[in-house]
Order: sequence, then structure tokens, then C-alpha cells
Amino acid sequence: MSTGAKDHAQLSDIFNKDEARVDWHDETLWFVRAKRDKAAHSLPEWETLRETASQIKDNVLSNLHEYLLQFEANAEKNGIKVHWAANGEEHNKIVHSILKENGVNRIVKSKSMLTEECHLNDYLHKNDIEVIDTDLGERIVQLAEEPPSHIVLPCIHKKKEEIGELFHKHLGTLEGASDPVYLTAAARDHLRETFITRKAALTGVNFAVAETGEFVVCTNEGNADMGAHLADVHIACMGIEKLIPLRKHLSVFLRILTRSATGQPITTYSSHFKKPRPGQTMHIVLVDNGRTTQLGREDFRNSLKCIRCAACMNTCPVYRRSGGHSYHTAIAGPIGSILAPNLDMKNYADLPFASTLCGSCSNVCPVKINIHEQLYKWRQVIVKEGYADPKKAIAMKAMDFALSNPTIYKFAGKAGRFVLKYAPFTVNNKLNLWYKHREMPEPPKQSFGEWYKQNNKND
Amino acid sequence: MTSREEILAKVKNNQPGPRPLPADLSTVSGGKDSLTQFKTVLTNIGGAVVEVTNFEEIAQYIQQEFKDKKRLISTIAELTSVTESGWENKDPHSYEDVDLAVIKAHFGVAENAALWITEDLMHQRAVPFICQQLAVVVNKANIVATMHDAYTRIGDAEYGFGSFIAGPSKTADIEQSLVLGAHGPKSMTVFLLG
Repeated sequence: MSTGAKDHAQLSDIFNKDEARVDWHDETLWFVRAKRDKAAHSLPEWETLRETASQIKDNVLSNLHEYLLQFEANAEKNGIKVHWAANGEEHNKIVHSILKENGVNRIVKSKSMLTEECHLNDYLHKNDIEVIDTDLGERIVQLAEEPPSHIVLPCIHKKKEEIGELFHKHLGTLEGASDPVYLTAAARDHLRETFITRKAALTGVNFAVAETGEFVVCTNEGNADMGAHLADVHIACMGIEKLIPLRKHLSVFLRILTRSATGQPITTYSSHFKKPRPGQTMHIVLVDNGRTTQLGREDFRNSLKCIRCAACMNTCPVYRRSGGHSYHTAIAGPIGSILAPNLDMKNYADLPFASTLCGSCSNVCPVKINIHEQLYKWRQVIVKEGYADPKKAIAMKAMDFALSNPTIYKFAGKAGRFVLKYAPFTVNNKLNLWYKHREMPEPPKQSFGEWYKQNNKND
Repeated sequence: MTSREEILAKVKNNQPGPRPLPADLSTVSGGKDSLTQFKTVLTNIGGAVVEVTNFEEIAQYIQQEFKDKKRLISTIAELTSVTESGWENKDPHSYEDVDLAVIKAHFGVAENAALWITEDLMHQRAVPFICQQLAVVVNKANIVATMHDAYTRIGDAEYGFGSFIAGPSKTADIEQSLVLGAHGPKSMTVFLLG
């Protein structure tokens, strides 16, 4: 997503202009978080499930080389063609070449955050291939020419009236109509026609099983299945970290995924694709795109355990009040902020700072990723590598100078108290970011040091 | 070096030291009756429960409740009297106007009301997704408690495609308002047999 040179704070300012909308966004996501709590608390074994899921993923990362080879061999035995892509560009080229081979220029796509990460839609569009996103939320943002703002709820930032306007313009629904039932029915009719006429379908992958070579795709709408079972060509794209060792491990992940995401006990459809149906060809594209680098970063490799449930976004006070687009990356929120700097540290240097470090993200994460600790660690890496915001870097240097020199420290304290007392206008202005949402404090008469000296003398 | 070799080499080089797999989990008995829980959860997620003792009753129910529907298909031999014959082996796109499909499930799961259905029971993979309404027959004795029991039952079974289906297709993408019937079936009826 191109946002010019604006960072998270500046993009949040745009989102924050409409305060009523921010409140609505905040409350909607908190409602989803509350549903997650209810679902989690209804299982006494919830913490055991989280711990088990976390340990399975630890095992996957420690043995990924073997599991990849095992998965490839089993998938090929099942009649699935396996491709490997080192980066987003190669992924896009592979998808394009499969479509070209099959003479296809129009495809349907169900939700895949990986294809967002690789900017597949743009690439195919430039190559005269039409992509129709079939997840309702994704179709809505596609019609609005926007990226998704949330990985599970792609158009959570949009009001139904805005969706009604979009549908009126593109799908011919009644002007001013905004009833979700009516709009969903219109999208159903429009997309059914699309499903029936497309020869190739692209889907994401939630889990891929090394032991059997099968992969599982979870949806509530049934769009992945509608696309895949009607198409002659099914292309499934996955990051290499989506592997799990054994089929029975699906029981753990399917129990925690949707409970963490939306509070449902399971998605409507958890479809296990093992072999192409007769006459169909099935492809899997295994994508690296920075994942092997992240695997080598000891402090950050845990981020690869993510199962994309979005619980960390729904609970994040910063995400809820700044909106997904402020993160200017495919995966927003706390998890996105530890994944993005791995791909491009300079461009995403702002994201690890878009957090209060409250730790709520780590507490709800179903695979126990230490998200807030990684955010804190990224800040240190970013400053050390020289990518920090220059304003922040100068302020930190000044603090470092003052705090490591007692004379300067004492003088700075005095100067500060003097300024607050006699020249408050020099700090009570918009150049002082701290003042933006706060009043400056009443200056104390003396510092603690001065007070201590005085009182000790009197004793 | 191909991308495959390059990725595998980097993985091998960067993956951490061995971490063991945890112990398998099994169902924690919460003292809940699986059949009752299945019925409650299915109703909560928008499905309908119909308890029957034999296929005769299912046929009667279909005739009564779906009598205004034009295209009824089924993969179940006992229901041929009330459903279309010779629908099989067609292009899957041709099922687009199917009003009701009736199929069997291997078993159901109490904790989430999901039904495990493999492609041999669907006849064609598209059937349970493309139909306007779906009905599934499952034996009451075949309701397991949790997904752990479910995968124990599946074991190393061979299939080309299988799906856990829980309720009708749905979306809440517009302002979190739940709407049944996104792309797949608008309703799901489960016949609990036995």
C-alpha cells in the first residue's frame, strides 16, 4: 500500500479526525474481542490448548527443513504440483505462468493475506488478468479500491451506508439501501455468476500437513470451496511456516483458531484438500519472502508461529483507535508490526512504536507469541541500525546526555521548572508533541534533590 | 541454485535446535452430554435439528417442508423416492439450481456442531456448497465430544477431499451483522437418526 512517506502516527491523525467513527471502530472490535473471551473461557482446557499449539509450532520451526521435504513428497504423491517461490515477485510470476499455461485470464480468489503481501492482484492486473475477490469483505474493499484493513474482517472500517453506495454504483442495488441482509444477497447473486464462469480459483492455506500432504482452508462463507470445486485449476498459496507435522494436530489448531478470531467454536467450513478431483489440476506455491530470514533472527522467529486469527488486533488499544490502514502494510496491528520490519526495516521503522506495550496482544495470542516483547526488541534494533525517527533519536540523545551528567541534569531540571513557571507558552504549543493531548504539569517549587538537601540540614 | 534449493538451504541454516512435540491432547470430560451439546451448538450457529428414527421419516419431512422446491438431490439410496434420479456424473456447474441436497456425514462433533463429510458421501465435491439448502443425516450414536475425538476417528483414513461443515454459510462482514447464506447454503438441517 502506497502511503507516500506518512508514518503510523500521521496516518492515525487522518483516521482520528472523525472522532465518532473512531469510537465506533473501537467498540466494534472490542465486541469481537469480548466474544473471543467468552469462547475461550468456556473451555477449562484453554490454556493447555494454547501451550500445546505453541509447542507444536516450536517443533515445526525447529524441524522445518524436514517437514517441507516431507510435505512436498506427500503432496506430489497425491497429485498436487508443488512450486517454490523465494519472494513475492517469484510467487506472482509462478501464479501468472500457471494461468497462462491454462489460457485463463479471469480468476476468482478467496482470502489469502499472502497474496496481499505479494501484491498479486496488482501484478495480475498489469498482465491483463482479472481477479475477483470472493470473500464478501474483500470484495467490498476491492470495489472501493482499498486494501483490507483487518486480516479476518477486511472491511471493518466501513459503514454499511458506504457499502450500500459502493454496491449501488457497481452492482446496481437500490440507491440508499444499506440493510446488511439485502446487500449480502446482492453480493451472493453477483458472485455466484462469477463462480460459475471462472476456470481457475486461487485460495490461501490455513494449515498444511507434512504427514499427509493435504492442506486445510477455513471459511465461513464457503467461497474457497465454491471457487475450488468449480474450477479446472486450483492454486493454493502458502507461506512456508503454515506447516504442521501431523493430521491429528489439526484438532488443536481448529479448536483455537476461530474461538480466538471471532468467538465461534469453528468456521462453517474447514476443508481438507488432499488430491485434485478427476480432471482438475491442483498447485501449491510455497513462499519464503523473508520468512527464512526471520527464522534466523532469534528474538523474532516466534512471529512465524502466527496462525492469523487477529486476536491481537482486536484487543490492541492502538489498532482499535488508529485503524488498519494506518499500518501501511498487508498485515496490520501488533503481529503485523513485528512481521513488517523483517521485510523492510526502513519503511516499517515506525510500526514497532505503534504500541503502548501493554501486553494484551501476548495474553490473547493462541500460540503464545511474545508480541509485545518483540515490539520492544524491534525498537532497540531499529534505533541501533539508525532507522529511528530523527526527532525521536535527537530527543533520546539529549536525554542520554542529561541523565548521565549530574551537573547538566540539575541544571536541566531548574531550567525546566523556570520555563514552566515563567514562559509556559514555549512548551504549551503544538511543537511539543507531549502537549498535544495533555496539559503540562504544574511546576514544583524545587527538585527532590534540593528538598532533600534542605530537610537534611534542618535535622 | 533453484529457489527450492535456496529456501531449503536457508531454512536448514537458520532453524533453531530441536524442540520436541508436546503430548497429544484428549477430551477433557466436562460432564456434558454430547448429543444435547451438539443440538444446542447447532441451533446457536443457525442450523436446524430434526430427530428421526428412520429414513421413512426423513422422506416424509422432506416432502412436507420442501414441497415447493423444484430440484432436490440426494446421495442416499433410501431417499430416491423423494429426490431426483440420474443427477450424478454431471458437470458440477449444473448443480447451481439445486434447491436442496441431502447427504450423509460420518460423524458430528458436539463442541462445535461440525459434521465430517468426505467426498465419497458428497458424490461431487461441489454439492454441499453450491446447493441453496443443505440437509445432512447423521447417526445419533456418531456424535463425538471434541475435535480430538474427531481426528482419532479419522485416523489415517484415505480421502481426496473432506470437510467439517458446521451450520449454514454465513458472513458478518458488513458491520458485524450476521447474515446466513453468504455463498453456500442458506440453511442447514441435520437429521439426527436413531
